This record gives sequence, C-alpha cells and structure tokens, in this order.
Amino acid sequence: MYNPRKAYGETLIELGKKHPNLVVLDADLSKSTNTIMFARKYPERFFEMGIAEANMITTAAGLASCGKIPFVSTFAVFATGRVYDQIRMDLAYSQMNVKIFATHGGISVGKDGASHQMLEDLALMRVLPNMTVLAPSDATETRKIVELMAETKGPMYARVGRADAPLIYKKEDMNDIKIGKGLTVTDGDDATIIACGTMVDQALEAQKTLSKQGMETRVIDMHTIKPLDKKLVLKAAKETEVIITIEEHSIIGGLGGAVAETLIEEGCKVKFMRMGIKDIFCESGEPKDLLEKYELNEKYIVKNIQKMIKKK
Amino acid sequence: MKSYDDKTINELNITAVKIRKHIIEMLYRAKSGHPGGSLSAVDALVALYFFHMKHNPKKPCDPNRDRFILSKGHAAPALYAVLAESGYFPVSELKKLREINCRLQGHPVCTHIPGVEASTGSLGHGLSFANGVALAGKLDKKDYHVYVMLGDGETGEGQVWEAAAVAAHYKLDNLTAMIDRNFLQIDGNTEDVLRLESVRDRWSAFGWNVVEIDGHNIKQILDVLNETDEHKNQPSMIILNTVKGKGVSFMENNVDFHGVAPNEMEYNLAIKELDLMQKKLGAHT
Repeated sequence: MYNPRKAYGETLIELGKKHPNLVVLDADLSKSTNTIMFARKYPERFFEMGIAEANMITTAAGLASCGKIPFVSTFAVFATGRVYDQIRMDLAYSQMNVKIFATHGGISVGKDGASHQMLEDLALMRVLPNMTVLAPSDATETRKIVELMAETKGPMYARVGRADAPLIYKKEDMNDIKIGKGLTVTDGDDATIIACGTMVDQALEAQKTLSKQGMETRVIDMHTIKPLDKKLVLKAAKETEVIITIEEHSIIGGLGGAVAETLIEEGCKVKFMRMGIKDIFCESGEPKDLLEKYELNEKYIVKNIQKMIKKK
Repeated sequence: MKSYDDKTINELNITAVKIRKHIIEMLYRAKSGHPGGSLSAVDALVALYFFHMKHNPKKPCDPNRDRFILSKGHAAPALYAVLAESGYFPVSELKKLREINCRLQGHPVCTHIPGVEASTGSLGHGLSFANGVALAGKLDKKDYHVYVMLGDGETGEGQVWEAAAVAAHYKLDNLTAMIDRNFLQIDGNTEDVLRLESVRDRWSAFGWNVVEIDGHNIKQILDVLNETDEHKNQPSMIILNTVKGKGVSFMENNVDFHGVAPNEMEYNLAIKELDLMQKKLGAHT
C-alpha cells in the first residue's frame, strides 16, 4: 500500500529540483494534498492562497503567462466545480500551462459525505476544449503522470483518491507510459474491463477471480480519460466483444461516457456496461462499505462480467 | 518616474480622441458591443500605452515588459484601438471587430491577439491574473509593473475580493489596479443595483494604498501612476472617477449605451462631436 497523495508530494520535490520554473499553489489544504512537502523544501516557490480557490486558479494562469509551471492542488470538489469558470476562461480557453492536481476524488473519501465526494469532475473537465484529463491508479503511476504533466505543455487535470492504494506497478512498468495511451495490464479475450484511478485495483482483483472460473479478462488502465486512447478501446471491442468501464465517478460523462461515445460512433458490436455512481449523490460511511453499497468493487465487476459473457 | 510637458499632455489628449473615434467606428460597423464602458476607460489606457508603460509592440512577449490586463473585458474596443495605434497589429484590422474569421473577438483573447495578456469577458478574473504576474515578477526579481483595470460594477464578483486579500497579503507593490468608477452598470446606478460605496474604504480595509483622481485628466493619471509605481509594501488602487460614454454627449451618463452600438444617425453625430474636439485640441485631422 502507498498513498498516491504522498507520491505526488514526493514527486513535486524531485520536479522542483529539475524544473526551476515549477511553482505550487494550494488553498489551505497543503497537509492533505501533500503540497506541504514542496512548501518546506522550496518555500519561495510555494504560494498559500487561503480558502479562495477561484483566485488560486486564475493566479496560476497569471504565473503560467510568465513561463512558470504551476501545480495547483486542493480537493477534487473544490478544484473543478467551484472554479469552473476560472478553469474554462483562464486555463482552457487561454491554453495556459497550468496543472491541476486534485486529491480526494470519488466516494472513497468516505465519512465527509456527499459534499466532499466529487463524482462529476472528470465529466466537467472532459468537456472543456484543450484540457487533458488524467486519473492515475496507484502511487507508481501517479509519480510518472505528475512527471509527464510537468513536461508536457497545456492545461491538465489529474485526480487521485484520498486513501492508501495497493501498489499495482513497479517503476520499470512505467517506462513506456504516455499521456493518451492506455495500459493493458492483463491480456484476455473473453471480456475487457476499462478502469481508471482507484478502480484499476478492483478490476485486477476481479480479473483474478474470473480467471479461476476460466474466463480470461483484459484489464485496461485508462489513466488518460482525455484524449481517450480510442485505438485501444476499439481493439478490445473487436477482440473481446464485452466491455465494462468502471470509475469512481458518475456513469455520466466520465470514462464510461467517453468509451460509450467511441464504441457507438465506430459502430462496434459489443455488450457494453458502465459501472460508476448511477446519477445520485451518495452519503457518509466507511469507504469499503460505500463501495459495496454503491456496487463499485471486485464482487460486482465479477457479477456483471459473468452476466454479460453469458449473453455473448 | 517619467516626466512630461504640456505638449505631451496635449498630444495624449489628441490620441484619446482618436481612440474614441476608433471605438465609435468599430462598434458602428460591428452593430454590437459596449460603447459606454469603452469610452470611459480610454484616458487611462492612453496614459499607460502611449506614455507610462514600458512596452514594445515589436516584442509583445518580452519578459521584462510592463503588463496591462483589462479585467472589464467588454471594453475590448478601447484595448484593441490602443494596441493597434501602438503598433501591435494593423489599424485597418479594427474594422473587423466581432466578424467571423477575424482575430478581434468580442472580448479579448490572449491566444491570438498580440498584446492581449489575459482572456477576459467573464468578470472578476483580471485582478487574480495580475496577482499571478506580479508574484512571478517578485519571484524572478524583475522590475516590471503590472496594471489591471476593473469595472466598478465588476467588483460585485466575489473573486475580486479573494484577489484583493491575496495581493495585500503578499505585499504586491509591483501591482497597480484601477477601477473605472463610472457609477453605471447594465441594470442601472451601481448604488441601486448593489451598493459599492465606500469604494475607497473597502479597498483600504483590505490593505491597499488607495488614491482617487479624475479618470479623464491625463495629467492627473500620469502623476498618480508615478506615485503608485513607487509605493512600497502595498498594492495600489487608483479610483478613476469617470463618466460612462465620455466624449460623446448623448452617450455620457446614459446607461442605454452600456451594450448597444450606435445607429447611423448616432454614429454620424458622435464622429462630428469627436472631430470638433480634435480640432479644438489643435490636431491635424
């Protein structure tokens, strides 16, 4: 287990050394997002913006206009919905080189409840022209994604969850990772699970269970929701004929929406299902209990795949 | 500190009338846009671009340039006219304002108009952007200065006050903001729509150095810019007392010209008045 937020904080320190132009902004959550690690190491390049997120986003745009590479962090709910107009005007429309790295995405935030469980951020960001949208799955991938964000021009949004997450990858697994290219983690021809963020681990657990039952599942880690790796989606559709998407996000407009658009437009003949939060606000509770109640775990993936393979 | 003589002031006043003529011409051709708030902003823009600011239209991305950010993006015609007359792009392009396949969008956009620092139009953003530029200037130990103009009605936006707090907290004395205090917004007098007074006390309470001047007196504007540039440890706010629609008699203090372009008759009348003004100032028209 390793917390992706911690991986983010550690990577910022490394990148701070490599890129003297990298600056970090936070809105009174630096201890939670872990930007405090950068703040301690490079205090002159860290800007505490207080509880004033709209100003933070636009200030980052101003910094970027002077050649800085601003990383902006807060919880996913405040990093997107609260500041949508600022992101739209000052980052996306203005094509500013600002990187929003949001933490505490999804329902696994747990006990803080629906006010803090951001389930619409990927959809909100995906619909903006010029935005790149990312959701890394573990600490190792987070490190690499943060590096790529610093080194690739343009406005970007990335989100991770709050909780510690199982380590899926070793460092060397990340050698060929690219923004916009999904990772095929396991191969199989019976069905495909396209997952992002916290749900990649659950997809891999489901894959193991299904394999024991004689069903070989392909698991794709779609760390980039936009631009979507359409080629990889279409290949999976053709070769496995069953596709499930899973994300800790509304079933509307996020990874599932993006994959559905691709499949329909390309005329794919597939059995398709989106797993995610079904257009409702959730509630307080232990993350594990919430994921069970809202049917977002290994058990439900297995159930759904079994059903769909039967209908094939 | 830049000094000037009476001749310079007269020339700047003549330029201001020229800019006002461009604005009327552009809006008449575009058949849409915002005359009132464009005309009230002109004199400060002229003082900045044609005298006070350190900038070079041939090097719009020079890292050492002073920056101006138009937070009240609907005054785009004033900014475009000033940029074109400064040499950022051909004056002939002004007549294409708001046309399809033209760079000059209804509101400023930084990605394809040289000299435009920030994309604005959604109110309340400009001061935050200016904060970012000022913070970068401090970090890089550059001596450029950042200027930003807000509308008075615009300060109803909460983001303005977030930015006001941050600028004071970080002691951004390389930042000078201006409020185009013309007392009118779309729905009427600012004090009826959403009370703003005391504007001076509000900004002072946030920790700003506040000065108040006649926003149409170029001499006063230049003097105060020299002062605020030198002010230390605080950002400065210049309250520009202005007249909405300034320079065209029937548009002055007339809220109906906030967002309505002149028709042919109004256009002819306005140009006639501005021509007269130019002659009075001794300009060769």
